[in-house]
Amino acid sequence: MTERLAHLKIQRGGFGEAPAYDDFEVPYRDGMSVLDALIWIRTNKDSSLAIRYSCTNANTCKECMVRVDEKTVYACTKRLGTTPVTVGPLTNKRLLRDLVTDIVPPREKLSLLLGEPSSEE
Amino acid sequence: MTVDVTTDVLVIGSGAAGMYAAVSAARNGADTVLVDKSLIGRGGATIMAQMTVAAAVGEQEPDHWSHHLQDTLESGRGLCNEELAAILCEEAPLRIRELDEWKIGWAREEGHMKQVMAPGHGRERCVYVDFLNTGPAVARTLRTQIGRAGNLRRASELTITSIVVNGGQVAGAVGLNMETGTAVTIQAKAVVLAAGGLTRLYQRNSASVNMGGDAYALALRAGAELIDMEFVQFFPIGHLAPRLVGMDPIMWDPFRYKLGGRLLNSEGDEFVQNYGHAETSNKYTAPRDVASFAILQEVAAGRGSPAGGAYLSFEHIPEADLRAAFGPVIDRLAANDIDLTKHGIEVSPIAHYHMGGVRVDGQMETRVPGLFAAGEAVGGANGANRLSGNALSEAFVFGERAGRFAAEAIGDRVDSWSNEAARSAVDEIMAGRHVAKRQSGPGLASMLVTLQKIMWQDVGLLRTANGLANARTLVQDIRWDIGDYPGASDHRFALSMQEWFDLRNSLLAAEAIIASAQTRTESRGAHQRGDFPSTDVNQTHNLISRLDGEGLSVMVAPLISKPFDLIPLEAAE
Ligand SMILES: Cc1cc2nc3c(=O)[nH]c(=O)nc-3n(C[C@H](O)[C@H](O)[C@H](O)COP(=O)(O)OP(=O)(O)OC[C@H]3O[C@@H](n4cnc5c(N)ncnc54)[C@H](O)[C@@H]3O)c2cc1C
Ligand code: FES
Repeated sequence: MTERLAHLKIQRGGFGEAPAYDDFEVPYRDGMSVLDALIWIRTNKDSSLAIRYSCTNANTCKECMVRVDEKTVYACTKRLGTTPVTVGPLTNKRLLRDLVTDIVPPREKLSLLLGEPSSEE
Repeated sequence: MTVDVTTDVLVIGSGAAGMYAAVSAARNGADTVLVDKSLIGRGGATIMAQMTVAAAVGEQEPDHWSHHLQDTLESGRGLCNEELAAILCEEAPLRIRELDEWKIGWAREEGHMKQVMAPGHGRERCVYVDFLNTGPAVARTLRTQIGRAGNLRRASELTITSIVVNGGQVAGAVGLNMETGTAVTIQAKAVVLAAGGLTRLYQRNSASVNMGGDAYALALRAGAELIDMEFVQFFPIGHLAPRLVGMDPIMWDPFRYKLGGRLLNSEGDEFVQNYGHAETSNKYTAPRDVASFAILQEVAAGRGSPAGGAYLSFEHIPEADLRAAFGPVIDRLAANDIDLTKHGIEVSPIAHYHMGGVRVDGQMETRVPGLFAAGEAVGGANGANRLSGNALSEAFVFGERAGRFAAEAIGDRVDSWSNEAARSAVDEIMAGRHVAKRQSGPGLASMLVTLQKIMWQDVGLLRTANGLANARTLVQDIRWDIGDYPGASDHRFALSMQEWFDLRNSLLAAEAIIASAQTRTESRGAHQRGDFPSTDVNQTHNLISRLDGEGLSVMVAPLISKPFDLIPLEAAE
């Protein structure tokens, strides 16, 4: 049997850089999430891909929001199929790098603790 | 070098223990800073906890903390630090009531808190928030208190990489600024280490990404001791298959509390009763270590499920009962193509909690003056096996105490910060910034997967001298491979750098588990040795780990016992 593959086009790059896209093929498993694929990519193909998540399964931390085909989703609950998808960062938050945006609440920012001028708002 | 932040009390980690410690330090008058490598209140186990919290509030039926203590000690297989266990049980009701005042919303019926039975408890003792919402409610409630406290600052995305000790005293900490990849220096008179557990070290786990054992490694490197590191608790019925998204792998526990449910092997037979515990279909009473061990043995005997576990079946329970007990959760299962009335699901033991940890006294202070610990990071209270529901109670009680005693301690302490003492910690972060900016290909993430496999195979549910020796060598090899500072840097959102510090910590925590497991040549509670299958009364003692110039060493320490009176209870109505 030929291996089934999921195809992901992932936006790369930091704030102020022109976005680039990398294509990845990931072994498909029934029921897999977008986060499962992103973790597989970091582990097996490209560990420099920046993603943000914590709880992995529980859908309680709410840290893993990204855009899949222009729709905002939780990467850990969005199911992947075998049709190609494009994954990018949230567009209404400041981009840090790749799929990671600044979602830290204003009063919890490290820059505030360090007394640095706020980088947004 | 300049000091970036100055405070009285620094709290590392913002789960239940860290948030409680921060609130407590602040209300006891200390200028307090709370930091987390993830987002405040979201990164650890706390927000993922779904079910119950054990406390003898005695609202469901008469209860007294001495009975909670008796159950805790029995579950601990003779190894509990009885002073810590007594503190946990005596103060848990205070914290449950305080959280109630803070409007956490404990489930109630007929005007009283609803308390349910959980395995190992002799009474209906465990409070919760519906539906499967205890952890998120805890996190939300404590975050609100943090927002209200006056002299309390907080910051996300700061990974503490070293605790700074000078002249034998805590002086502060150094951390990695995740956004910029640079070092942050924090001067503090007292530090509370509340950085959570280590279950991410295992291939099958219920952990978040931030549970790789930082607390234990930070403590060891600061000169503190660890206790009983060999006791990792495996949760017997973690979800294994089919792939379930958006739900925690330990979600079947509450189902079993409320509805029973049958644990079956591939031949369709119940088996837990064959391993020394009489469990019947409608009751969920087998302690965690017994149930985990039973599943493992069935798999080894060739009677496991296809994915390598056991079946959990609710097929005999009417749909209406399932819905009445779990409402919306049934729909979430349906979205995952799971219909409990038609099929069993596959479950397996997964690493879930760590009984061992940082060695502290009754004031939560380590042997390093000014260094306190709280929450799952602390070892000893739960001995060789933890009762369900005790982990959150422990986080609240030890958190509150650590914050309070840290605030008290700063009174007689002067700042002991020196740049020299912080130098190497700052340098290893800055060294990482000078290496290649971007490194693709599999990197540290795949090394972690290798570590997880080693730990699962050789340092998991069933251990042997050979397996442990093999694991120790492999762990030391990986440690050698990763070098002395991060080998990749990424200046915006420094994930690769963080992963290097994480892995270094995970490897040290793993080695501490292995070293203790090698020393304990008996089977007891969560530590099962294939080559020493019975419990040895002569090993009814604790094992203490230390790190010094010679590396990691393990030594025996006598138990801390504290006799108590079991207060008689009126008969339940
Ligand atoms: C899925 C699940 C379900 C559970 N259910 C229950 C239950 O029903 N009842 C019960 O009693 N117990 C339960 N437990 C156990 C209980 O949740 C934990 O023991 C408890 O929440 C631990 O709290 P804590 O504050 O010590 O650690 P955590 O909540 O894990 O918090 C630790 C924090 O430290 C941060 N951190 C780690 N390292 C660093 C660092 N280097 N620098 C800065 N920050 C750092 C992490 O990001 C995290 O936010 C469950 C555990 C899990 C995983
Ligand atoms: S990883 Fe926690 S909500 Fe998605």
